[in-house]
Amino acid sequence: MIPRKYKERAIEGVFLSFASISLVVLLFIMLFLFREGLPIFRVIGPLEFLFGKSWYPTYEPPEFGILPLIMGSLFITVGAIVVAIPLGLASAIYLAEIAHPRIREWVKPAIELLAGVPSVIYGFFGLLVLAPFIQDLFNLPTGLTALTASLLLGIMATPTVISISEDALNSVPGSYREASLALGATRWQTTIRVVVPAALSGISTACILGMARAIEETMAVLMVAGGATLIPTSFLQPVRPLTATIIAEMGEAIHGSPHFHALFAIGVVLFFITLGLNLLADFLTHRFKETGSGTL
Amino acid sequence: MVKEDLKIIVEDLDFFYGGLKALDGVNIQIPERKVTALIGPSGCGKSTFLRVLNRMNDLIPGTRLEGKVLIDGHDIYADNIDVVELRKKIGMVFQKSNPFPKSIFDNVAYGLRIHGSKDRVILAEIVEESLKRAALWDEVKDDLKRSAMELSGGQQQRLCIARALATGPEILLMDEPASALDPISTAKIEELIREFKEHYTIVIVTHNMQQAARVSDYTALFYLGKLIEFNVTEEVFTRPSEKQTEDYITGRFG
Repeated sequence: MIPRKYKERAIEGVFLSFASISLVVLLFIMLFLFREGLPIFRVIGPLEFLFGKSWYPTYEPPEFGILPLIMGSLFITVGAIVVAIPLGLASAIYLAEIAHPRIREWVKPAIELLAGVPSVIYGFFGLLVLAPFIQDLFNLPTGLTALTASLLLGIMATPTVISISEDALNSVPGSYREASLALGATRWQTTIRVVVPAALSGISTACILGMARAIEETMAVLMVAGGATLIPTSFLQPVRPLTATIIAEMGEAIHGSPHFHALFAIGVVLFFITLGLNLLADFLTHRFKETGSGTL
Repeated sequence: MVKEDLKIIVEDLDFFYGGLKALDGVNIQIPERKVTALIGPSGCGKSTFLRVLNRMNDLIPGTRLEGKVLIDGHDIYADNIDVVELRKKIGMVFQKSNPFPKSIFDNVAYGLRIHGSKDRVILAEIVEESLKRAALWDEVKDDLKRSAMELSGGQQQRLCIARALATGPEILLMDEPASALDPISTAKIEELIREFKEHYTIVIVTHNMQQAARVSDYTALFYLGKLIEFNVTEEVFTRPSEKQTEDYITGRFG
């Protein structure tokens, strides 16, 4: 017989090694990203790279300023948030607090299914429906603009926001609602003053994750953002965000060339943006937790 | 039997959860500014009855009510009754303390704010008054901004009582308010109940028969949705008129 404490330790060891494997893989991805990306700084300084106003990687001499790409990403991400957060939050409140349980039973899985639709499908929708609509509406030379990409990303991020916010609202104990209603509050007052604040940490996580979804999205924005590497001044201009740049140019970049390293360096920038958003989500979760709010 | 002023009169009350009859022909007259205890085994309908009185059962889909529930002579299930106004008049304290995840001050001020009070001075006054009445003021007065979730279980329950008092109710409904508390906290809550009856009509559900005997003036025994016996507490416990009451209070069932 093997003593119980050794069995326990063996099980712990197995789980620890599995957890370590995923961590190690992640570490290697990071190392690889940095190894391929950092050499660009032998050609161009980090500040010049980040804030350079032109991205002409194939010109002679090439220019590797990614500010237009950062601005492109920023424009469509902000646009997407403006669409996704109000829409997602309102839908989540409807589903969690107002909708008949039978409606929720149908709609919630449908929305979760929507979150799983491949982004290239959304891209098709954007290309065939949204872009011509925007073009006609504003009488533009092209329908592939930051606005189109924002709307499309907003639609894509909405299911994420709905799903996580709805979970957060649902995890608010029913006893809070009872207490509020027994004090003579209406259902609306109860929702706005008790339930939503109690779910705030989950809702903020939902918003950050929705935002991350928008920043990370590659395929759909490549299809509808227009691809111009100019610093945008309006939502009606075509833009080229960071992700779309990598995927559009990786095929043509010569392995080991400055262009190649520059694309990996864009990956490094995206890595830090995502890391920053995750830290922010974490910070918000803990900040609201201190006051005892409901969490996911 | 009852010679007091009557606050709540219930006539031929039937209550259904879907097809299940939870209350069956209940007639009861609850006197003003007295403590009325509702006792009976689990599932006997005493909590359902309590929730009939402030229409909390409205929130459960598929429930139906027949009969009359009069408070101050008005049928609270009549069409022209504003449920929000009704609940303002009736404070409720739940079995498990349920303060909001807000500060102590905001918890007590909640009821006032939703009914439109904005004046800070008045809010602060009523919050202090309510916390004093609930015997919590001395323990929390130094930091009303502290989260209510940091209070102990007994303090949380007294906070919930203060919150219910703040809107100036006439009736207090208490659903086993001390069942999750330690003996010292329970004693504090019971003392509050005895003090409150000068000002409020109190209806309290309890599993604890000693508690019913200690705090109440009248006791009602429910069994299988029916009101078995309703009388002065002392009578119910010393000279029960029904066999079922005697069996229950002597611990033969329940």
